[in-house]
Formats: sequence, C-alpha cells, structure tokens
Amino acid sequence: MQKIKSFLLKNGPLLATVAIFILVYAIGAQLYPTMKKPQVFFNLFINNGSLLIISIGMTMTVIMGGIDLSVGAMIALTSVASAALLQKNADPVFVMVLMLLMGTALGFVMGCIIHYLKVEAFVVTLMGQFFARGMAYVINESSITIKNEFYNYLALTKINLPFFEKAYVYIPTLAGIVLLIFTFILLSSTRFGRTVYAIGNNEQSALLMGLPVARTKLIVYSFSGFCSALAGIVFSISLLSGYGGYGQSMEMDAIASVVIGGTALTGGTGTVLGTLFGVLINGIIVSILQFNGTLTSWWTRIGVGALTLIFIGIQSLFYVKKKD
Amino acid sequence: MSNPNDEIIRLEGICKNFPGVQALKNVDFCLRKGEIHALVGENGAGKSTLIKVMTGVERFDEGKITYDGKEIVIRSPQHAQNIGISTVYQEVNLCSNISVAENLLLGREPRKLGCIDWKAMNKRAKAIMQDLDVDIDVTQPLGSFSTAIQQIAAIARALEISSPKVLILDEPTSSLDAHESNLIFKVMRKLCSAGVGIIFITHFIKQVYEISDRITVLRNGKLVATHETASLPTIQLISEMIGHSLAEYDEMKKSEFVVNHKKALLEAKELGRKGMVEPFDLELHAGEVVGLAGLLGSGRTEVVKVLFGIDEPDNGCLIVDDQLIKKHSPFEMIMHGVALCPEDRKASGIVGDLTIRENIILAIQARLGWFKFLSKQKQYEIANKYIKMLNIATPSSDQLVKNLSGGNQQKVILARWLATDPKMLLLDEPTRGIDVGTKAEIQKLVINLATEGMGCVFISSELEEVMRTSHRVVVMREHEKVTEFAGEVSEREIMQAMAGGE
Repeated sequence: MQKIKSFLLKNGPLLATVAIFILVYAIGAQLYPTMKKPQVFFNLFINNGSLLIISIGMTMTVIMGGIDLSVGAMIALTSVASAALLQKNADPVFVMVLMLLMGTALGFVMGCIIHYLKVEAFVVTLMGQFFARGMAYVINESSITIKNEFYNYLALTKINLPFFEKAYVYIPTLAGIVLLIFTFILLSSTRFGRTVYAIGNNEQSALLMGLPVARTKLIVYSFSGFCSALAGIVFSISLLSGYGGYGQSMEMDAIASVVIGGTALTGGTGTVLGTLFGVLINGIIVSILQFNGTLTSWWTRIGVGALTLIFIGIQSLFYVKKKD
Repeated sequence: MSNPNDEIIRLEGICKNFPGVQALKNVDFCLRKGEIHALVGENGAGKSTLIKVMTGVERFDEGKITYDGKEIVIRSPQHAQNIGISTVYQEVNLCSNISVAENLLLGREPRKLGCIDWKAMNKRAKAIMQDLDVDIDVTQPLGSFSTAIQQIAAIARALEISSPKVLILDEPTSSLDAHESNLIFKVMRKLCSAGVGIIFITHFIKQVYEISDRITVLRNGKLVATHETASLPTIQLISEMIGHSLAEYDEMKKSEFVVNHKKALLEAKELGRKGMVEPFDLELHAGEVVGLAGLLGSGRTEVVKVLFGIDEPDNGCLIVDDQLIKKHSPFEMIMHGVALCPEDRKASGIVGDLTIRENIILAIQARLGWFKFLSKQKQYEIANKYIKMLNIATPSSDQLVKNLSGGNQQKVILARWLATDPKMLLLDEPTRGIDVGTKAEIQKLVINLATEGMGCVFISSELEEVMRTSHRVVVMREHEKVTEFAGEVSEREIMQAMAGGE
C-alpha cells in the first residue's frame, strides 16, 4: 500500500499525462472510427518528428532549471542553410554533419554566456532566437526548394513496421525515437544525467557537493542546440525545402509539451518519457481537428493552452502534497 | 592535563578585522582527538568568523594555526576539506530531489558500462547509513526524509568524501525536535569514538551539556573561557555568554506603571503553533513594556511572529482591542493598530535603495491604500518629524537608507511604524548590532512611548536591557513560555529561569 502510494506520488504527473493521452485518443476513436487504424497513431510520430526532437532537448534544459527559446528559430536557420548548401551541390551527408556542428556550437556559446557571464538563460536564448531567425532570412529571404536525391530518398522511403499491417514510418521519424531512448538512459542512469537533476534542484548545493556544474551546463545547452539542428534537418527533409519562417514559435510548443509531460519549469523533476506523451497529446488534438474538418486549426492552440494550464495545476498540487 | 599529542588543531591569538569591526580579538582555541567541543555565544560573538577562519573561507590577520603538529595556512574551503577539516552547515547543502544514495555517492558512484550501477550504489549507501545507525530506504529522494536524516546524510557525505579529522557542525539541531536531535547525537558519539574531533555550534544550552566534553565561550569577538563541561554550572555559562553591559544607562528611569483595571490591549490565550512555539498566554496593557527574555532560539521571535500573524497560529485565540482576530495576517494586525519591527532589519525591513523619507512613508501609505496618495509635502513633513524625534543622523530626508549606519537604519524602521500611529509595538531585537549610545537612545524611546500610552513588546538578547526597559519580563526556554516576572526581580532569578532546572 505504502509502495503504491509512493509510486503514485513519484510518477503522478507522468501517469496523468499518459491517462489524458489515452482518454483523448479514446474519445477521438469514438467520434471518428478511422482513428482506430494503427497508422493514425504512427502518423503522430511522423508529423511531430521535429517537435519531439526539440522537446527532448528542452526537457533536459528545463530539468536543469534552464530554458532554451532558440530552438524554433534554429529549425528555420538549419533548413535554410542546408537548402542553400544543397542548391550549390554540396554533399548531403557533409551538409547534415555541418548543420549538427553548427547547432551544437551555437548551443555551446549560449551555455558559456549563461554560465560564465551569469546572464539569465531566458535572455541569452531569446537573443539566440533573434540571431538564428535573422540569419535564416539573411541567407535567403524566400523559400528554397531542396532537389537532392539523398534527401528525396530519406523523405519518401517507408519503413514497414512489424506486427502491424500496412503501418509504416519514414526514416527521419526514427531519429526522434533513437534520440528519445538515448536521452532516457542518459538522464536516468548516468552521472551526467543525475547531475542535471541535482543542478535543477539547487545549483549551489550541487556545486558544494563537488559536482561538475559548469561542464554539465555547457553540455546541456550544447545538447539542446544539437537537438534543434537535428530537428531542423528532419523538418527540411519532410518539407523538402528551407525557409526562414519555419518553426515559428515552435519553442513554445516544445515548452508546452515538456510541461504537459510532467516536467516542472522550476527544474529538478521530469522525464523525457513524459515529454513524449506531451508531444503526442499535442499531435492527437491536431488529428482530431483534422478528422472533424469543420473546426479551424486554431482550436489546437486553445486545447493545448488549456491542457498546459491544467498540468501546471496538477504539478503544484503534487508539489504541495510532497511538501507536507 | 591534556596531552599535546592529542590535539588535532590549535588556534593561537587569532585576530580578524572587518572594515569598521574587529570580529575576533586574540582568540585561542584547541580541539582534541575524539572530543566534542561546543562553541557558544550570542549573535555577533564571533563564532561564525572563527569557523570561517578555520575552514579557509576568511584569512585571519594575526595569529597562527597548528594542525596535526605543523603550523599551516588554510587557503580555501577546498584545501581545508582536503587536509581533513569538513563542515556541515545548518541548511543542508544537498539536493532534495534525488535519492539519498545519489546524494551520498554522486561524483564517485560505482559504474557499469558507463552507466550508474544502481544495485552496488544503493548497497554501499545503505551500508554507509547503517554505519551511522540509520536504517532507511536509500533509494527514496532525500527530500522525503526528515531534516534530521538529511543532516545525517550531509554528515555521511562529508565523511565519505574526505574522511575528516575535524568535523564542524554548525547548528545541526536548530530545527530539530528532541528525538531527532538524539539521532544526530548518536552519530556524533559514534564518530568521536572513532577519533574524529567535533566542533559543535548550538544555541541550545541543554544540548551543550548533553553532548559536549568541553565548552568554549565567545563574546563580542573575544574569548571568555574554555571549560570542562562537567565542572561548569549552567548559570555561570549563561552569565558568561550574556555578560554585563556598560553602566551608562543608569539615568534611565522606568516609567511608573500601574495596571489600570481596564481590559488589556492585546490578549493571547493558549496561542501557539506546532513546531514553532508551545501555546502561551500573554497580556499587553496600554502604557506597558513587556520584555521577552530567553536565549537565541528559545522561541522569542516565534512569539511575535505568531502574534503578528506572519505565521498563522494553530492553537488558541488572540484578542486585540476586545475583538477576536479571526484571520491572522500582518495586514489584519496593522489594521488593528499593531506594528512589528522585525529582527533582521536587512532582510525583512529596510529597503536600502530608497530614501529615508520613502522608507518611513512605506507603512503609512500601505495602510492608507495605494490610491490615497500622500502629497510630497506631507511626506516630507512626516519624515522630518521623525528624523528629529528619533535623532536620526542624516543631512536630509532624501539620503539613501543604505548609506546610514546600522543604528540609524534601525531608527528609520522604528519611524516607519511609529508613523502609522500604532497602539501596540512589537520590537524584535531593535538594538542588535548597533553601538551603545544608540542602544540607550532606543531604549529611552521605548520607555517614552509607553509613557504616552503605547503597549510595547521588547525582545533583546541582552538581559540587562530587557530588565531596564520592561515592566514585566516573560521568560522563554526551548520554544515555551516558562514563567513571567513582574516588579522587582534579580538578574539571577531570570537567568535561572532561562537556564531551566536547578
């Protein structure tokens, strides 16, 4: 009994997220029977591939007590930069590696400013956002189409899934799932991951405990930069183009997903697993609206907004409980 | 006599100056192997400065430190830890969201394939805690355990990281109850039987006697004495801690106070809050000063906090001006004409970046509501009135408060509350950390205010001060009102009540 209670208390926000996802899905399936097809579920992963990737980076940042507002703009910058390079017949693999390096480097620089100059992460990453968005438009003001064979191949090759008939995902979809598993292990069972949690709880204490605070913070922001570049690559593959207006306010969707997934904005608690469900909830609302067809897509915004509010409510409820 | 070889660390003739203050004057201190040495003294006695010198946080100006038979210079806290001097602070410097095992071992955890080997880690953490006679589920987050267990975990980490010879415990029991303190004591005894020397800082006299082998008393940055605990009577210890102040207050006369049989201004019946202060009764009449005596941590501050509604009482009732207070909050109390000068003026009173005038006006404006704005002219009038009345040394009322001396800052706070024209004034250590002359002025002021019909509650660490200003003295001990003295009473009697027993 005691064990069940402590389990519930520990994983309450996560379980609530999963429960809501199932509930919303069930309601949708009742209303629109086509939603019962497995492919609809996998489409959630396909359509939200880049959101999942930046949300994973965001989860780690938020657990550490930070935030990264640059991720949406980084998607735009990555898509434009790679499209421009591919237009000039650059090698696609080289372009991808270069983009990942650029994202990581930008994250690293922001991390340095945040840690060493002691500037609020909010401010630094907002400046990062302006820089990336501005840079994207400097490279090209209009949309560039990608006509690269390798990109085409990645965009159009279906991978059939075992156990499900006629269910498939695309190659880039796998990137998010692999990253999710990697990050889950990283956060839950490595020294680095646990240090991230410790810093999120109390940076001063973590420092006094002799944990490598500076290094960890730099790695986390670099990781978030890496994630946003990866998301940008996935994004440009799925649309086969690059444009400075992509990923508009996507960082806010990522933050909402992270919060819905049970990660507290104050830092110190949360899992990437929760974030996965946060992203899926975001996606399922969109799907239902699409199946309905008559409602405008802006209802998604209102739905996600309401859910985020509810989840912050649940979190503080659990927080109060734990304190008692 | 002690064998010099038993000494782990010896400090001789330590002096430390801060700008404007001499924090330590020629202090000697020594710690033996396997002893628990209590370091006591009231606020500002120099305990924390001495600890800072010992742990390399502050450099001393004069004197020498001998550690393990060699004279050394302690360069930094890290250096201190490396040579075997570890400190565990009052507030637990660990992370409450991760498990106890992680808190103990993170940074040197057992690993398998690059990942944390949870099984081995939990096993080792469990063994470490069991070594200290604490049997808990180490996989639970640290925050889910009591403060005592968290303290022990902090001690365990200190032991695990550096196997220290000197362990400094800075008020580890200040927020613990008797049972929890015993847990810590058990750990301390265990460690010192293993040869670790422990410096124990506390405000609880009872605990000093319960656990320590020797006691060093500091007062005003000077060493008073070091005693064997067994041969030092409590009453002597307390008088050494409090000391006797200068005799320059003698001209002061207490206003004659006759209890008029009217109802009390303020009446607390069985008022209390669990974990802060046991239920107490208190009456405050118009024109009366009630002193609260007791050592630091005896619950003096908690009494006024509960009275003022900062912490909501969970027991008893409070009647102010014949009205039962239903909703306890500072706002409600201000509306009933009660004012509080809080203990720590820097943290909870003064706004350093505002001018004197603005600081004085704050409370009165809050009382008026933000829409009835006081005109500038009126503000200057009020400010200048109190600057004159309280004799605040400043060129003008537009001076920033942070540029004033401590005593004058205290006066500004007093002025702020006096400006609201309160019927009752709660003063929590209004004379702390200010010079003797200003102290006398503030005391005189309190007496004058009472003569004019105000009811005052006066808290001070200096017993003489309390006795001089108060008509009645309420004695607190270990979060409980012990007794109340009215009329003539000797210092000795009050001290005995503060000490308890005997």
